[in-house]
Amino acid sequence: MTATPIESRMQRPIILFSRIWPWIFLGLLIAFFVAVVPLASNGSVNFLTIRNSQNILVAITPVLLLGLGQTFVIIGRGIDLSVGWVMSLASVLSALAIRTVFNAGLPLSLSIVIGLLAALGGAGLFGFMNGVIIAKLKVPAFIVTLGSSFIVRGVALLMSENTTVIGLPPGIRDYGNEALVYYIRGEGGGLYLLQRPDVGGDLVRRMDAILPYPVVLTAIVVAIAVFLLHKTQFGRHTYAIGGSPEAAIRTGIPVDRHVISLYILSASTAGIAGFLSTLRFAAGSAVIGDPLLLSSIAAVTIGGVSLFGGAGTVIGTVIGALIIAVLTTGLVMLNVEAFWQFIVIGIVVIVAVLIDQSRDLIISRDRAGQSS
Amino acid sequence: MEPLLSIRKLTKRFGGLIAVRQVSWDVYAGEVVALLGDNGAGKSTLIKCISGVYRADEGEILFEGKPTLFVRPLDARNRGIETIYQDLALANNLHVSANIFLGREIKTRYLGGLIRTLDEDQMRRESAHALQSLEIRFPSLTQPIENLSGGQRQAVAIARAVYWDAKLMIMDEPTNNLGVPEQQKVLELIRRLRDRGVPVILITHSLPDVFAVADRLIVMHRGRKVAERKTAETNTSELVQYMIGALDDER
Repeated sequence: MTATPIESRMQRPIILFSRIWPWIFLGLLIAFFVAVVPLASNGSVNFLTIRNSQNILVAITPVLLLGLGQTFVIIGRGIDLSVGWVMSLASVLSALAIRTVFNAGLPLSLSIVIGLLAALGGAGLFGFMNGVIIAKLKVPAFIVTLGSSFIVRGVALLMSENTTVIGLPPGIRDYGNEALVYYIRGEGGGLYLLQRPDVGGDLVRRMDAILPYPVVLTAIVVAIAVFLLHKTQFGRHTYAIGGSPEAAIRTGIPVDRHVISLYILSASTAGIAGFLSTLRFAAGSAVIGDPLLLSSIAAVTIGGVSLFGGAGTVIGTVIGALIIAVLTTGLVMLNVEAFWQFIVIGIVVIVAVLIDQSRDLIISRDRAGQSS
Repeated sequence: MEPLLSIRKLTKRFGGLIAVRQVSWDVYAGEVVALLGDNGAGKSTLIKCISGVYRADEGEILFEGKPTLFVRPLDARNRGIETIYQDLALANNLHVSANIFLGREIKTRYLGGLIRTLDEDQMRRESAHALQSLEIRFPSLTQPIENLSGGQRQAVAIARAVYWDAKLMIMDEPTNNLGVPEQQKVLELIRRLRDRGVPVILITHSLPDVFAVADRLIVMHRGRKVAERKTAETNTSELVQYMIGALDDER
C-alpha cells in the first residue's frame, strides 16, 4: 500500500525542539553565567575557567552515575528509588573492604580493586533483589525500591556503625583526586601528563588539574552506557519493554530477566558512585548518597527520559546533569542564596516534562485526526 | 488436498462454562477463511486454542498433518502459526525495522561474539525487502511506528509475520478502528497473502469484509459451529440468521 507521510507541518519542528532544547538551554545558561558572573564580581571572577569547569565536572559525577542507571530503568518503564542509599552502602562497603585487606598486607592498588568489587557486589545484590521482586512478584517498582531503600539505609548505617568509615590507607586520596593532565599557566609552566608536577609556591596557584580520575571513570561509564543503550540488543529490548511491555512479551523477549538486569545495572552505577566517593574523601559514608537521589531523577527528567517509559537517551541525561551542575555552580558564584537553587531546578524539571508532554499531545492528536 | 490445519471435535471449558463445544474445522493452503460470530460466540477462545494461548480440554489439532500440542504461544509461532491481535504487538516507540526484528534482532559479532551490536543496516535492508514483497511502501523505515496510521501499523505486523515465514496467519478484527480507505488496503494485503499461498483465518463481525476477501466462512454461536459455507453460496441475511442463532445446520 502507498503511504503518505503522516507528520504534519506542526509536528516536525516540535519534535525537533523537544529533542534539542536541553542543549539550547545548557548553552544559554553557560552564556548567561559567562556574561553575568564577571559583572557581579567587578571582573575579578570568571565562570568558564579551566578550574571552574573541572569543578563542575567533579561535582556532577555522582549525580550523573546515579542518573545513568536510572536512565535505563526509567526507559524500561520502571523507577529505582533505592540508588541513593545503595550508593551509601557501596561507599561503606568499599571503605571497609579496602581498610581490611590493606591492613592484612595487600598492596594499595589491589586493595582498591577489591574495594570496587565489594561496592559492586553489595550494590548488585540489592539491585538483583529489587529486580526479582518487581519482575517475578509483580510488585510496582515504586513500592519495591522505596521499601528496599529503607532496608539498604539500615544495612549501610549498621555496617558503618553510624559513623564515617575512616582509617583508610593514605595513598587512596590520590586515586580519587588526582587528574590525567596538569596545566600550569604562565612562566615556568606547561602541560604535565599523568603526574602531578612537583612544584611549590606560585606555580601551584597557577596549576589546574584537568580531567580528574573520577571524571575519567565516569566518562568511560557514559561511553559504555551509550553503547549499551543505543547499539545493542539489550538497549533495543529496554526501549521495547518501556514502549510496550505487552508487545515485548509477545515477541518473545525475556522480559522478566531483562527487568532484573535493569535493576542490577542501576544499582551497579550507584555502586561505582559510592566507590568513587570513598576514593575522593578517603572515607566511607552512609549518608553520602541519599541527597543525590532526587537530583539524579531530576537530571534524567530534564534530559528527556520519559517517566512513562520507552523514550530517552544517555546523552540527554548527561546534559540534564550538566544543566543542574551549571545552574548550581553559577548561582553560587553570583552569591545567590543557596535555597534558590532548589527553586530554579524544580521549575526546570517541571518545564522539561511540560515540553515532552506537549510534544506527545500533538503527535497523538495528529494520529487521532488521521484514523478518523 | 490435505488441510494445513485440521481441528477435530475441539472442546474448551472454563469451569462450568463450555466456551467451545465439539468444533471441527479444516483450513487449506491458499484460502481466506472467515470466522464469524457475535460477541461471546467462542471465536476468540477457539483461536486461542490454535495459537497456543489456551489448551483444549478435548479434541485434537493437526497442523501439516501432524497432531500438535501447543503449550505456549511461542510453540505455535515456531511452527509458523502467526496470530495478529488487535493491539498488533508492536512497540510504538520503535521504528519499522526494529519492530519487524523485535526479539529476533540481527547482530554483528566482534571479538568472537563477546561484543555484539545491532546490525541496523542489514535489518533495514531485510525489512525493506519484506515490505516490498507485499507491495507495502513507507516513506521511511526509521520513523517510530507511533507516527504511522492504523493501517500502516497493521501492514508492519503483517510484514513481520510474513518475514518470519508464517504458514498460517490468524488475524483478529484487522479492520477494526480503521478508516474506509485503510480497511481496503488491509483487505488487499490479505488477498495478497492468500495469493502467496499463506492461508488466513479472519476473525471478524464485519460482513462486508467477509464478502470482500473470504473464500469460505464458518459461523459460531454459543460455542458451537452452526454453519460452514462458501462465501459465494450465501448472503448477508442468511449469515445474520446464523449469527443470532435463528438458523443452525448442526442441530
